[in-house]
Amino acid sequence: MLRAFEKGADGVYVVGCMEGECHYNSGNFRARKRVEQAQKLLDAIGIGGERVQMYNLSSGEGPRFAEYAVDMDERIRKLGPNPIKSAKKKAA
Amino acid sequence: MIVADKKPIEEIVEEIKDKEKILILGCNECVTVCEAGGKKEVGVLASALRMYFLNQGREVSIDERTLERQCDHEYLEEVRDVIDQYDSVVSLACGVGVQFMAEKYHTTPVFPGVNTCFMGVTEQRGVWSERCQGCGECILARTAGICPVSRCAKRILNGPCGGSTNGKCEINKELDCAWQLIIDRLKALGKLDDYEKITPIKDWSTERAGGPRKVIREDVQQ
Repeated sequence: MLRAFEKGADGVYVVGCMEGECHYNSGNFRARKRVEQAQKLLDAIGIGGERVQMYNLSSGEGPRFAEYAVDMDERIRKLGPNPIKSAKKKAA
Repeated sequence: MIVADKKPIEEIVEEIKDKEKILILGCNECVTVCEAGGKKEVGVLASALRMYFLNQGREVSIDERTLERQCDHEYLEEVRDVIDQYDSVVSLACGVGVQFMAEKYHTTPVFPGVNTCFMGVTEQRGVWSERCQGCGECILARTAGICPVSRCAKRILNGPCGGSTNGKCEINKELDCAWQLIIDRLKALGKLDDYEKITPIKDWSTERAGGPRKVIREDVQQ
């Protein structure tokens, strides 16, 4: 997740299975914790924790996947571009 | 193992804010197991620091490396050929590793990236608790394998004290009374009679009270 931001991603969303319905039992819970950890770190370093979000879906929910994508797109457009991108340009 | 906890990134930033070439150095042993200073944590910290400095408009080079251990000469020697490239090292090893690094590379500033907490066990993922204080004279044979030095707040050797209620310690209702645990286990082992034996005064000179310690083993020395 952090590497994506380092490379200039404006936002990242992580999609896991529905909680309690994952074949790997706890993978989606661990993913959520990691997302929360990344949010805290991104807040601490001034990039903004809101740029990373966790969503849960079942494999048959295509329309909802699209809804989440739209939701995330709106969120990121409000936040503006990742400040790392302009910092990189300045440095170059 | 030695249990450590990650330092807040703000504290690490404060330590290295004026540096330009930084090596984040992890350790593959205890701090990897307790998820505070292994390869994964090195990657996360390095990435976050790179973004922080870029965002501040500063060009800081941050490299990542993780050694097998930082408490042995042979592994610390692995960075000798590159150490001069850096103006500082953030070591994610325990306090032992940080100090050995500082001793070995006398002119390179070394900063700790974790808070070293204690010698303990993994109760479950994400929960570690203390089991040993390295007192230098193990009494576990007499205390049913449960250590009152590390697990009793008062470190009493003939307990419990009056602060033990329903098996819990008076300093924290969540904390088991070590002496209650000892009595319960002596009972389970059919050795409750041992509880009647008074433990003599302990020689605390082998603990930290006697100053910094050293173990010298001539049989294995070279």
